[in-house]
Amino acid sequence: MRKYIIKRILISILILFLVALVVYILMRCLPTSYIEAIARQKSMQPNSKSFEEWMAQLSATYGMDKGIIPGFFAWLGKALTGQFGDSWYYTIPVLEEFSKVIGISFIMGAITLVLEVVIAIPLGILCATKQYSKTDYVVSVISLVGYSLPTFFFASLLKLVFSVKLEWFDLFGLVGRNYEHLSSWGQFLDKAHHLVLPIVTLVVISFGSLVRYTRTNMLEVLNADYIRTARAKGLNEHKVVYKHAFRNTLIPLVTIISGSLPGLFSGALITETLYSIPGIGYASYHAMIAGDIPFSMFYLCFLAVLTLIGNLLGDILYAVVDPRVRLA
Amino acid sequence: MSKKDVNDKNETQQYSLNDDRRVKVLSPGALVAKRFARNRMAMVGLIVLIFMFLFSFLGGIISPYGEDQLFYRNDMMSKEYASAIVNEEYRYGAFTEDFNSVIQAKMFLAISKKADTFEYNGVQYGLTEEGKEFYSASKNGEMIGIAYKDIFNASAADSQYDMSFRYAALKAYTNGETTFEAEGKTYRVELDEGHIYDGTTEIGYVSRIVVQALMPDVFLSKAFKDQLIEVINDGGEQFVFTDADGVEYEYELTYKAATKTYTILQEKESRVFDTYAQPSAEHWLGTDRNGMDMLTRLMYGGRVSLVIGFIVEIISLVLGVIMGGISGYFGGWVDMLVMRIVDVFYCIPSMPIIIILGAAMDATGVDPTIRMVYLMLILGFLGWPGMARLVRGQILSLREQEYMTATEATGLTVSRRIFKHLVPNVIPQLIVSATMGLGGTIITEATLSFLGLGVKFPFASWGNIINDVNNVYVLQNYWFIWIPAGVLLLATVLAFNLVGDGLRDAFDPRMKR
Repeated sequence: MRKYIIKRILISILILFLVALVVYILMRCLPTSYIEAIARQKSMQPNSKSFEEWMAQLSATYGMDKGIIPGFFAWLGKALTGQFGDSWYYTIPVLEEFSKVIGISFIMGAITLVLEVVIAIPLGILCATKQYSKTDYVVSVISLVGYSLPTFFFASLLKLVFSVKLEWFDLFGLVGRNYEHLSSWGQFLDKAHHLVLPIVTLVVISFGSLVRYTRTNMLEVLNADYIRTARAKGLNEHKVVYKHAFRNTLIPLVTIISGSLPGLFSGALITETLYSIPGIGYASYHAMIAGDIPFSMFYLCFLAVLTLIGNLLGDILYAVVDPRVRLA
Repeated sequence: MSKKDVNDKNETQQYSLNDDRRVKVLSPGALVAKRFARNRMAMVGLIVLIFMFLFSFLGGIISPYGEDQLFYRNDMMSKEYASAIVNEEYRYGAFTEDFNSVIQAKMFLAISKKADTFEYNGVQYGLTEEGKEFYSASKNGEMIGIAYKDIFNASAADSQYDMSFRYAALKAYTNGETTFEAEGKTYRVELDEGHIYDGTTEIGYVSRIVVQALMPDVFLSKAFKDQLIEVINDGGEQFVFTDADGVEYEYELTYKAATKTYTILQEKESRVFDTYAQPSAEHWLGTDRNGMDMLTRLMYGGRVSLVIGFIVEIISLVLGVIMGGISGYFGGWVDMLVMRIVDVFYCIPSMPIIIILGAAMDATGVDPTIRMVYLMLILGFLGWPGMARLVRGQILSLREQEYMTATEATGLTVSRRIFKHLVPNVIPQLIVSATMGLGGTIITEATLSFLGLGVKFPFASWGNIINDVNNVYVLQNYWFIWIPAGVLLLATVLAFNLVGDGLRDAFDPRMKR
């Protein structure tokens, strides 16, 4: 087991290295005129450094003056010591901006995940136990619709109904206009109020796949021999489903959910942007649109790390929760 | 039981028991089709998809309008046309060059003091009241200038009247005389409205109301000014004037008390883009922000979305099958290498990469057509690792089956074994995965276009049609701009998912119902 984990970690590091290389090459392949244009544009801003200084800083941070491979190693060396440079768009160190925005993204992600699990898993089990019933059809269609909904369209619909027609929520932003004058409890409520629509959006578009996943796995378990044995023993249906079948369904579920845990930090690029929630997704969207290379590089590598940790966690926990699985 | 079934039964009874014709033989494909047709949700999805294809590909041909055909409407627009001011200040007219602004100021002071003379630089000037609020200044008995409030306006644009004519006309008017002489001619004054006639032709009029054109290149005809002054005197607010060409315009007067000015607005019809027109018989779903027919845009948008979806899926299918096939068949270090490449691609976050590339293409101003090609290539290239994993997994299990040993034993070439015997057995899973993937690709493309980073104007795409909803006013007021596109998008993606689901169940006999 330990050997397997070490092997996987080493492979992950190798993959991460390659991902960083690919992303770096991609960034280098962007037209240089574009980078220069951005440096020029940046230098036009009041109280900014001169164009030459921006270009020099860029060259120093990214080894733009060197070839692609030496430049990559120069960047890697700095990144390993935690120096990701200054963000062009936010004009503060990348890590500082990151620490400012990551909190809200994590909170949003965590609430969404909890709601998703609480809603989707019972629905999935319900569908599996009543396969081909009306309930099954209705839930299946609803979850497929949620799964097929384009985020931006659903968010626009929610805004039309709840913000424009009913005026329950603001259209954009994390805080209301009178945020500064509220008590700390009021500020908390204000933020929570502004997070309702984004979280609803996220839950609706993501719960469908979990419902279907639960349903498929539950069906598989319900067709297993030991369930027939349990029924043959004369156990009541409730006990069969929730004691025997559900526990076995938990194995893949725990795996997939634990695999998605690191994803809590990755933020919701589209949803945050649509609702102007200042999380990591929103911050990096604007950084990427503005051609903020330092921030984009950091964000891409960060996402790659999260994906790798997620895969690793999923695989390891799969072995931990299911004693039948042997890792080699 | 239908009649046909009964007939079939009768026929089968005539064969002997071990006759093959007794058993209805269905090819595997027909079996799949049969199972698929029995799945009601999948059939609904298929019908929706057929509708979408007809809508997008035939619709564009049937629609009487073009993809980027612009529509216009005639709109009433108020333009500031002229202004009228009631003159309450003295204006000055000079006979000699001596009559400068300082003397004018002195003269004004003298008028307000009702003095007969005034002094400037030691010189004595005489002030004569020539008529009502009409004065003249003289030096050594010679007239050097006049101060007046009533103003003479010439009828024709090019006519010139000198100061002495104006003096004579104003003098007659302010004193209530009906005739005056100037330059040896006698003119007639109509005191009511201040018209001045040379014989029977009117050459101008005297009035306190000064009318000026506010738009360049406009000469206000006398008839217009007459009518305007009449309206102002009557306290009216609106009038209709027919100009020399016989065109009727409506005019509206607004009075600003602070400046004592009347502003005359001309209501003029102008041709503007027919933007955000409500749905009508002509435009079933109205028009968009550029004045293009919404329904036609939706048809062409569907074409773009579907074509992009298919091409992207084909690119990733081809790449995925080749890489996954090689990896799964050879195993060993080849497998290791390919799978690490797949891992790397799997880790690269595709959405941010596409956003960055989109922003870079924005900055470098790539042509919209080429941009669409790039978009397809990028999406396809980022999508193949999933396919490769699927193919590899299938091939790994198929490879161990006896029929593969048989192909090896018969000495078939490697490429033939992979692509003729292994890949066809993976195809069902590929079709299912590609159908589901199509939905995902269409959403990705739409999201990018919505963000303004995918398909660009003048091309329509369901995503960039909905993009307009970013304008809160559109969100609130013009449902027909974004709801139809969103519904089409949702229906298409849902249909692809339903069909994919149905195909999976149909291909997999274990999922018997």
